[in-house]
Amino acid sequence: MELFTNQVLAGIATGAIYACMALAVVMIYQAIDHLNFAQGEMAMFSTFISWQLMQWGLPYWVAFVVTLAFSFAGGIVIERVLFKPLTKAPILTQVAGFIALFSIINSCAGLIWDFTIKQYPTPFGSSPFLGSQLISTHQAGMIGITLLLLIGLYFFFQYTRVGLAMRAAAALPESARLVGINTSWMIALGWGMAAAIGSIAGMLIAPVVFLEPNMMGGVLIYGFAAAVLGGLTSPFGAVLGGFLVGIFENLAGTYIPHVGNEMKLPIALALIISVLVIKPAGLFGRNIVKRV
Amino acid sequence: MSAVEDIASQAPAVDAVPKRAMTLSSGTTFVVVLLLLVVPLFVKNFIIFQMTMLLIYGLAVLALNILTGGSGQFSLGQSAFYAVGAYTSAILMEQYNVNYALTLPVAGVICFGFGFLFGQPALRLSGVYLALATFALATAMPQILKLGFFEEWTGGVQGLVVTKPDAPFGLPMSQDMWLYYFTLAITIAIYVFSVNLLRSRSGRAFMAIRDNEIAASAMGIDVATYKTLAFGVSAGITGVAGGLGAIAVQFVAPDSYTIVLAISLFLGMVVGGVGWLPGSFVGAAFIIFVPNIAEGISKGLSGAVFGVLLFLVIFLVPHGSRQVAMVAQQLLGKLRKN
Repeated sequence: MELFTNQVLAGIATGAIYACMALAVVMIYQAIDHLNFAQGEMAMFSTFISWQLMQWGLPYWVAFVVTLAFSFAGGIVIERVLFKPLTKAPILTQVAGFIALFSIINSCAGLIWDFTIKQYPTPFGSSPFLGSQLISTHQAGMIGITLLLLIGLYFFFQYTRVGLAMRAAAALPESARLVGINTSWMIALGWGMAAAIGSIAGMLIAPVVFLEPNMMGGVLIYGFAAAVLGGLTSPFGAVLGGFLVGIFENLAGTYIPHVGNEMKLPIALALIISVLVIKPAGLFGRNIVKRV
Repeated sequence: MSAVEDIASQAPAVDAVPKRAMTLSSGTTFVVVLLLLVVPLFVKNFIIFQMTMLLIYGLAVLALNILTGGSGQFSLGQSAFYAVGAYTSAILMEQYNVNYALTLPVAGVICFGFGFLFGQPALRLSGVYLALATFALATAMPQILKLGFFEEWTGGVQGLVVTKPDAPFGLPMSQDMWLYYFTLAITIAIYVFSVNLLRSRSGRAFMAIRDNEIAASAMGIDVATYKTLAFGVSAGITGVAGGLGAIAVQFVAPDSYTIVLAISLFLGMVVGGVGWLPGSFVGAAFIIFVPNIAEGISKGLSGAVFGVLLFLVIFLVPHGSRQVAMVAQQLLGKLRKN
């Protein structure tokens, strides 16, 4: 039983990261109806930036905040320069754009910081949390920060003018434009926020998976799985999906024979495909009807 | 946001391509085939090897082009089908001593089945969802190949070494040259098959689905069958290319078939021009030679160069090499008049 509790708690901790990635994916999906395949690489690049800042002697939390600001600005710049001109392009062209971005960021990180694996510090320490053997302080910190982020986002979308405008622009762009909302900038804002949320996920997972240019590959797939499970149109669903995927992954790794570490990505693949087959809209998504 | 039904008006996946614009004129075809036949007689073995790889990647890009340019679905997971084809050939040749030429149809059939099965769930997915599922497939493939469960056949992380076949009937040819002509024959056969497929009833059904899925189904086209068929054919051709690739490179290992390969093939299609079959080989040349040049400048640079070039292509020449070819043709026409 202790093994079970342990695995569930550890699952919730990694699930927190998947929840952040899924949230970032859903933010952009809401804004432009596309999955950002470069989301993981953007997060990885931000994490490298924070690492570099710490190498230059900045304390962890200063580097954390500076990185958030950098990622936010970076996300907006990427949208303005690269993706705004592609708004009306066919889907294929847009996917090609995401793939190109993926390739550029991955390669640049390799060029700047090379492909060796680096240690990344944790601000919480790795001792057992409050003396319990179940969960480490870092895992508790991961869950805590994710929950804080969620509460913050909830208040932002529920109680601020900009949050309301962003929701309006995502839900009904035409009508939003008619009431004077600058929908184009709302999309850019969505990109900036998604990049910032992604960078939080990167900085929290880096102590666990170590820092290297390909570190987010698996995490992104799990983020996608989480977003699909929860429903790509529902931020709340994405977060819940993240936690569920984290728990599921850990339990499957522990209790199903032959499923070790090496089976992690195939599990995510199977999860994505089965959700898409059984309930394509996800647990909390909307059904979308098409017409000619 | 309960079960509010929303009307999605999406841009088409691919710009429509007129049917006649899919191939080269007969004169050009003749010259190209002649060059492909004659050039290897005068160059070094290494260049012959690169030409072989060009044809092989060209086939893989062609397969993707049938799927995307033909039926409007896209796949970021072609590397997975390529890997299955490569492993099928390698395992049959090395573990069961099957003749290399016979392994290719087997690879094709297995990949057709694999693609057809993957196409079943993929049926329900359009646009980004399909891209997502195939992206996940490509990311997971190396892990699946490394599984201890399959290790007896696949050789696990170490992979398998494949023997390069000698020229048959005592022909006075180097192994490389024989393999080149062997690949060329298969490439031409598959190319002719693809052109005819797209001109056939099935091909027109693919294109109707590409241009407007709902209208196509309203006209009585069995969308499900044709979409999975396109997936199966595409995977089958990719599998043959994978098998040829394994024989040419003489080695298969899980890490040769990562998402990077899938991205390369996708890039090859975009650069070559979606829906323009000869462009597949232009795209293949691009994905073979550009990384070499980029790695020559700085190690690890090729990804960045790929990405930047891809952006340039989608911004400046969204129809890829087809657009370049058309502009060149117009310029030639003007020059002749003067």
